[in-house]
Amino acid sequence: MRLLRFIPFLMLALLATSCADQRSHAQAVYMLVDTSGTYSQELDKAQHIVSYLLGTLKSGDSLAVARVKSRSFSEKDIIAKVTFTKDPMQVNNQKRAFVDKIGTFKTELKKGSAYTDITGGVIQGAEFLNETEAGQKTILIFSDMQEELDYKTVRDFPINLKGIRIIALNVTKLTTDNVDPRRYMGRLEWWEKRARAAGATDWRVVNDLEHLERIFKGRG
Amino acid sequence: MDSWQALLIWQGNPVLSLLVLFVMVIPILYGARQAMHKLLHALSRAISNPLRLGSRWLFKSAEELRRRNKMVLLSHGREEIAQGIAKEFDRVTNLVQRDLHGYPALQRKLMDEITRIEEDFQKCGEVPPPPPEWTKAVAAIAKIKPSSDGLVERILEDISNSIDEIYEKIIAEYRESSKKRHDILKGFMPFWRSVDQSLNRVDKNMTGLEQSAARIDEQMEKFKQINANTENAEHTLASSATILFVISLLVMLIAAGGAFVNFWLIERPMEAMVGGSEYIYGNLQASYLAAMVIIFFETLMGLFLMESLGYTHLFPLNGINNRMRRWMVWIAFTILLILAGVEVALAVMRDMIVAADVALKQELAGGAAVAAAANIGWALNIPKAAQMILGFTLPFALAFVAIPLEYLIHSGRTVFGVLLVLGIRGLGIMARFLSSMTLQIGKGTEYLYDAVIFLPLIIERVLVNRGSQPGGKSGDMAAFSKRSAGEHVL
Repeated sequence: MRLLRFIPFLMLALLATSCADQRSHAQAVYMLVDTSGTYSQELDKAQHIVSYLLGTLKSGDSLAVARVKSRSFSEKDIIAKVTFTKDPMQVNNQKRAFVDKIGTFKTELKKGSAYTDITGGVIQGAEFLNETEAGQKTILIFSDMQEELDYKTVRDFPINLKGIRIIALNVTKLTTDNVDPRRYMGRLEWWEKRARAAGATDWRVVNDLEHLERIFKGRG
Repeated sequence: MDSWQALLIWQGNPVLSLLVLFVMVIPILYGARQAMHKLLHALSRAISNPLRLGSRWLFKSAEELRRRNKMVLLSHGREEIAQGIAKEFDRVTNLVQRDLHGYPALQRKLMDEITRIEEDFQKCGEVPPPPPEWTKAVAAIAKIKPSSDGLVERILEDISNSIDEIYEKIIAEYRESSKKRHDILKGFMPFWRSVDQSLNRVDKNMTGLEQSAARIDEQMEKFKQINANTENAEHTLASSATILFVISLLVMLIAAGGAFVNFWLIERPMEAMVGGSEYIYGNLQASYLAAMVIIFFETLMGLFLMESLGYTHLFPLNGINNRMRRWMVWIAFTILLILAGVEVALAVMRDMIVAADVALKQELAGGAAVAAAANIGWALNIPKAAQMILGFTLPFALAFVAIPLEYLIHSGRTVFGVLLVLGIRGLGIMARFLSSMTLQIGKGTEYLYDAVIFLPLIIERVLVNRGSQPGGKSGDMAAFSKRSAGEHVL
């Protein structure tokens, strides 16, 4: 009979757990930093973006920064990754450690890679983001979006980016783009088509790094 | 080809085709006239009758509700006035017990003082004894006219000297006596003052009693009016309830503003405690709910505190004795004090979190501003202190919400009751209006139908009139019958 007394409490506990929102409100950001060729000189700007992201993300959110090199579909290419804890003071420490890691990477990087495997990085990013089970998943591609693969690397197959937003940042114009701007437009168009075909929820290009708030503008 | 074109007799001439069709249809319409009239009548009635019934029911309900509202309002007013009268009587009792209780002593004191004053006054009336009788003889001798007789002159001189001496002695005695009387009069002063103060106190008490009596009279008059169920009493109570409702609502809105400030003061540190990434439902964060729970808990404790102190009567606490009530006061006050302390701690924590955030952002931006901020460190403590003060005072300020809340609940019943009656009456009027409109539309359609088949109707009227001229009666088929002419139903 004494056990019966606990039934209302059990029911209340059950009600409380059923009331809790199962939907994840956290967001996960995976930033790909192009370190190939001359683009590796843009790393200062990438660091600025990382600082912005660290200032924006909150407890429960995840952030990873990975490099894009000749073959980028590897966990080893992730420079730093973190999922922020619930304690805001601890979060600040995590952010400081993250900044340090990026700084170390920047100073240690001597020269850029020969090829640029953006697709491999995107697939790796999608894998990371899906693992986080965050409500908002974003891949930031800090690159000129010119993919160059060696003859052994295979990337011409359909990829899955369902539920992921793709934002291309600081898409610089190449010398050939200046000769014929249609190359630049065509390159962006090709990537957008590829992202949307892969099921990406959004595709956006943000070149003005003074207005980084546009990265998260209009997220649902 | 369109379906309507299939009806045309001559494809090239639609007007003529339609005209011929119209002429062909008229006899059919005429034949179906009575049935159509009945159909239209039935249709309009089918809509208007339920509307009319509904309207009647709504008016009846509104009347019933008004009656109930009146009953509740008068009962509430009666209760309030009874409480007011009881309070006035309490005040009078206290006044009588506190002040009039000492009246015998005061009276005795006054009597003693008055007796003493009388005695002293009697003493003031004592004058020095008159000059001895020989003074008259001396005065007679003094009247002797001066002559050359030296003896007489010497006698007169002696007499004059003696009189002068006596005079000076008497004057000295008189002055001494006056001084004594003045001293006695001077001694009156404290007694007069004491008597004046005592009388003033009595006057004040009497005035207080008089005012209380006037207030009781006023309340009794209202009580009588309420008992007599007068319209005036109802209107007075309703209007005072409306004013009270508006004022309470205003105060509650101000309190809501305070609660809002309180919420933002503790939300951030609560995020650190329960986790900022936890969501309860939709976009409602767990930290928001936790902060709201603390504020609601503070309000609740305030409610209990006010209830236990007897400022509000939201809960039936008549069953508990004064000892228990005192316990409740202390418990509610202690919990409120603890919560205020928690808020102070949260305010400090909030300040720390904000400072850490600012420091991090400065570091991310390059760390240039850190040194500048260090120079004005004392100024940074001002918002911290303000947050702490707010954190401590707001819970106690929120406790007073109980008073306007009680008035809002009590007056809200009356105001919403009146609004509900108005709404139901409005619906009733609308239903009646729609009912009348439907009926009139039905009639209008009947007339329109007759207007379309006017030609056979005119022929029919002529024939009927011709047939009924010798004294025959017109049939039911007659167009524009007397019954239908000028009939309006509203």
